[in-house]
Amino acid sequence: MTDIANELPAPTRRSPTGVVRIVGWLRANLFSSVFNSILTLLCVVLLVVALRPMIRWAVIDAIWEAPNGAACHGGGACWAFIGEKFRFILFGFFPTEELWRPVVVVVIFLLMILAACARRTWGGRLAVLWVAGLAAVYLLMHGGILGLGTVETRLWSGLPLTLIIAIVGMVFAFPLAILLALGRRSRLPAVRAICVGYIELIRGVPLITFLFMASLMLPLFLPTGMTVDKLLRAQIAFILFAAAYLAEVIRGGLQAIPHSQTEAAEALGLRYWQRTRLIVLPQALALVIPPLVNTFIGIFKDTTLVIIISLFDLLGTAEAALSDVNWQGFYIEDYTVIASIYFCFCFFMSRYSQMLEREFNRGTRR
Amino acid sequence: MSDAATAVIELQGVHKWFGDFHVLKDINLSVGKGEKFVVCGPSGSGKSTMIRCINRLEEHQQGRITIAGIELTSDLKNIEAIRREVGMVFQQFNLFPHLTVLQNLTLAPIWVRKLPKKEAEETARYYLERVRIPEQADKYPGQLSGGQQQRVAIARSLCMKPAIMLFDEPTSALDPEMIKEVLDVMGGLADEGMTMVCVTQEMGFARTVADMMVFMDRGEVVERAPPRDFFANPQNERTKLFLSQILAH
Amino acid sequence: MTSEEASLSTTPARPRPWRDPRLRGVVYQIGFVAAVVGFAVFLVHNTMVNIGRQNIATGFGFLHREAAFGIGESLIAYSPADTYARAFLVGLTNTLYVAALGIVLATILGTLMGLARLSSNWLVRKLAQAYVEIFRNIPLALQLFFWWGLLNRMAPGPRAAWQILPDVFVSNRGVVFPVAQANPANGWIGLAFLAGIVLAVGLGRWAKRRQAATGQQLPTGWIGLGLIVALPLLAFLAAGAPLTLDVPQLKGFNFSGGGAVSPEFTALLLGLVIYTGTFITEIVRAGILAVSWGQSEAAMALGLKSGQRMRLIVLPQALRVIIPPVTSQYLSLTKNSSLAVIIGYPDLVSVANTTMNQTGQAVEGIALIMAVYLVISLTISAAMNLYNRAVALVER
Repeated sequence: MTDIANELPAPTRRSPTGVVRIVGWLRANLFSSVFNSILTLLCVVLLVVALRPMIRWAVIDAIWEAPNGAACHGGGACWAFIGEKFRFILFGFFPTEELWRPVVVVVIFLLMILAACARRTWGGRLAVLWVAGLAAVYLLMHGGILGLGTVETRLWSGLPLTLIIAIVGMVFAFPLAILLALGRRSRLPAVRAICVGYIELIRGVPLITFLFMASLMLPLFLPTGMTVDKLLRAQIAFILFAAAYLAEVIRGGLQAIPHSQTEAAEALGLRYWQRTRLIVLPQALALVIPPLVNTFIGIFKDTTLVIIISLFDLLGTAEAALSDVNWQGFYIEDYTVIASIYFCFCFFMSRYSQMLEREFNRGTRR
Repeated sequence: MSDAATAVIELQGVHKWFGDFHVLKDINLSVGKGEKFVVCGPSGSGKSTMIRCINRLEEHQQGRITIAGIELTSDLKNIEAIRREVGMVFQQFNLFPHLTVLQNLTLAPIWVRKLPKKEAEETARYYLERVRIPEQADKYPGQLSGGQQQRVAIARSLCMKPAIMLFDEPTSALDPEMIKEVLDVMGGLADEGMTMVCVTQEMGFARTVADMMVFMDRGEVVERAPPRDFFANPQNERTKLFLSQILAH
Repeated sequence: MTSEEASLSTTPARPRPWRDPRLRGVVYQIGFVAAVVGFAVFLVHNTMVNIGRQNIATGFGFLHREAAFGIGESLIAYSPADTYARAFLVGLTNTLYVAALGIVLATILGTLMGLARLSSNWLVRKLAQAYVEIFRNIPLALQLFFWWGLLNRMAPGPRAAWQILPDVFVSNRGVVFPVAQANPANGWIGLAFLAGIVLAVGLGRWAKRRQAATGQQLPTGWIGLGLIVALPLLAFLAAGAPLTLDVPQLKGFNFSGGGAVSPEFTALLLGLVIYTGTFITEIVRAGILAVSWGQSEAAMALGLKSGQRMRLIVLPQALRVIIPPVTSQYLSLTKNSSLAVIIGYPDLVSVANTTMNQTGQAVEGIALIMAVYLVISLTISAAMNLYNRAVALVER
């Protein structure tokens, strides 16, 4: 999409060079009118006022090394705190001697995400790759075979936990979402009603409610004597929650496929599931990949809410790091670091979805 | 060709660049009161850009454009004055989809000409009658066919009582059976002595209506001649080629 | 059909039951419903058994019992001696209060930033973009912790409070600011304000009629705004300009006087507004861009000025695109206000959480939360559907 500003007829000169080009650019983009000049100056003032103390705090006055928190309280940031706590923030309570395992898990997740971004791999091969990846992740985290020591799920924490909840949630929510979306467009009224009810109920209520439900009510739902791991309970809540949101996105894609496609498939003698699997779904899903990525970003950010049922995801370990009596009061440093980690993931994914969107738009326009 | 004294549109040495691309090269044109010019040429030849320069939808970078004695500069007052006098019809109609046909027609008279609403509505109904769709006044643009929409667009321009009408490929977005109804309206307008500049590929229309044919290619005016000479005896090779292509079928 | 005979002869032969699509549909549905109901019965049965075994009370009787827990801030009178029902009501008003204020502020922020994203000024454009990219890509929960950490855990005590504006102080007890003292003239000023609004509306009507009759126009917007500002100001001056501000004063260890908001409320409001604002920014920008450039060109060609183009052509069309997604942002802001629980602002979910921990009645507590949010969601979407029907473009 182009800016309105770019579309307005702007004076352009003949192949200007060097200084002329810079001056011309400044005039056109920063000082085109009195109002714009004032705005520019205001913004510059604002930037200076805001950035100067920030840079002072983060770089000039910062303390990079200190033996403990008390020695680290100066006028600036205490990056020594991060140096001390970085391992804990990233991997939490996972046994220190086994640290290579969550490190490999994070690497596997990153590779899985990168593989999914390359359009060449889309299809069956990617699915196989992902199943293998998830199996490897479980093996590494849990252990218990191949000479790996067993690590209970309550010790899973930090970035690996965040990635597990988000990615496993997405993988299991996706098929459920497809069924829900198809159900919502079904010709059978009872099926439609149940799917609509489910989707609207979940979308109408905050995620926190479902996390409370998972931690307080799920134990009541199960037959006496049967217990489910807390992480698994949160994971189930996430899957059920994400499925409703994904279903609405997929429904958007289904609606965009013209009815004539179904008719053509019907005329060829394909049955409902054949039509859906071979004709409708591939087209519908391809259409909604960008909004699917956006939904995934939302789900990724929402994983931070597991903190309220005391699971230690990345935000949880960052909070826990703050409670060390030897290192107290370094909130901003702590939050800045994990904010940048979240930002990197989300920013990368949103850029990727924008790129896909542009590509698709070009494709349809042609 | 008209002498400068009665010219209502006057382009002298007009140049325009899009970045490094030279779209208009030294355009000189002078349209007298009541004259009908038809501009043709291959796509990308700059004909639309030229006509859009006349009411400042595009800005020219060199040369002078004078409309009804007012020179077109970046002075907002001049631009507003010129836009009041010049009506324009677009290829894609550009009707306002959130307003009824009648509201589309009365909008500019009320807000720009400051006419009382009642008077504006009377004028609007008169012109709807003229373009032969009086019964559609209370519908929305989305409910009309392409041909009807384009006729509404013409009526919308006429409601401002312009001295000059510009047509930017008014029929090229229309189905064949709708082209005639729009051309008929344009022909009627020409018969009444409206000053018109039309960018169009409808050579039949050009033959019967035009006082002057202008052929543009690669940003230049290659040839200009009254229609009889233009079609029977084109001078330039590029004109010949273009005519042979467009008249072949 | 005219006769039994004809109808019989024209009815196609019935297929075998297992090949009849209609019959199959019925069977599928019965099967599906039975499975869902069966699963639900299974859960309910287990729940009943478990509740019975753990001696948890059932039903909503607990609502009439004494809550016996304090609530940090409340818009309505509340003490621990009040009932659970009253506590829930406090939570609900707190949720609605922060959500309503958040919606208004996020709309203002989003609209301004959306316009800034389209500015012809490069710097303004880039700053707005930086705002969107940064705050949209950081989880809301983290942003709430950040603001709360800054306002509560990092901020100094009242004695060393940060003064951010004259007489506005930020300390770890919250933000305090001056408020106008009650004065008999205030009623008159309010009345003058109302009169200003009535007059402005009347003027608008009259100007419209005059336009229809004579074509002359008035800048009704400016005159109306002038009336709404000037009349209360006149009333204020006529009353002898009785402005006495109740200014917060440091007394001992805390401020007294003035208005105050808690760090929890401020952090929640800031977080919700800044986070939701990024989404509204993008919606506003996309909405304005969605109005095709041809519309502006046509309006230009008709001689409309840039303000008129915006008001008469672009905005009415952009709003149709903008309002539905913005409404869903309002909904998600309201739902996100439940994150209050992580920083201790007593919203509905937070109160319900305490209640569930005290009574053990999780089923009832969660049912109450769900009911309230569903009512809010359904109300907003119903209003949205009405609006959409009213402004839908007529086609065909």
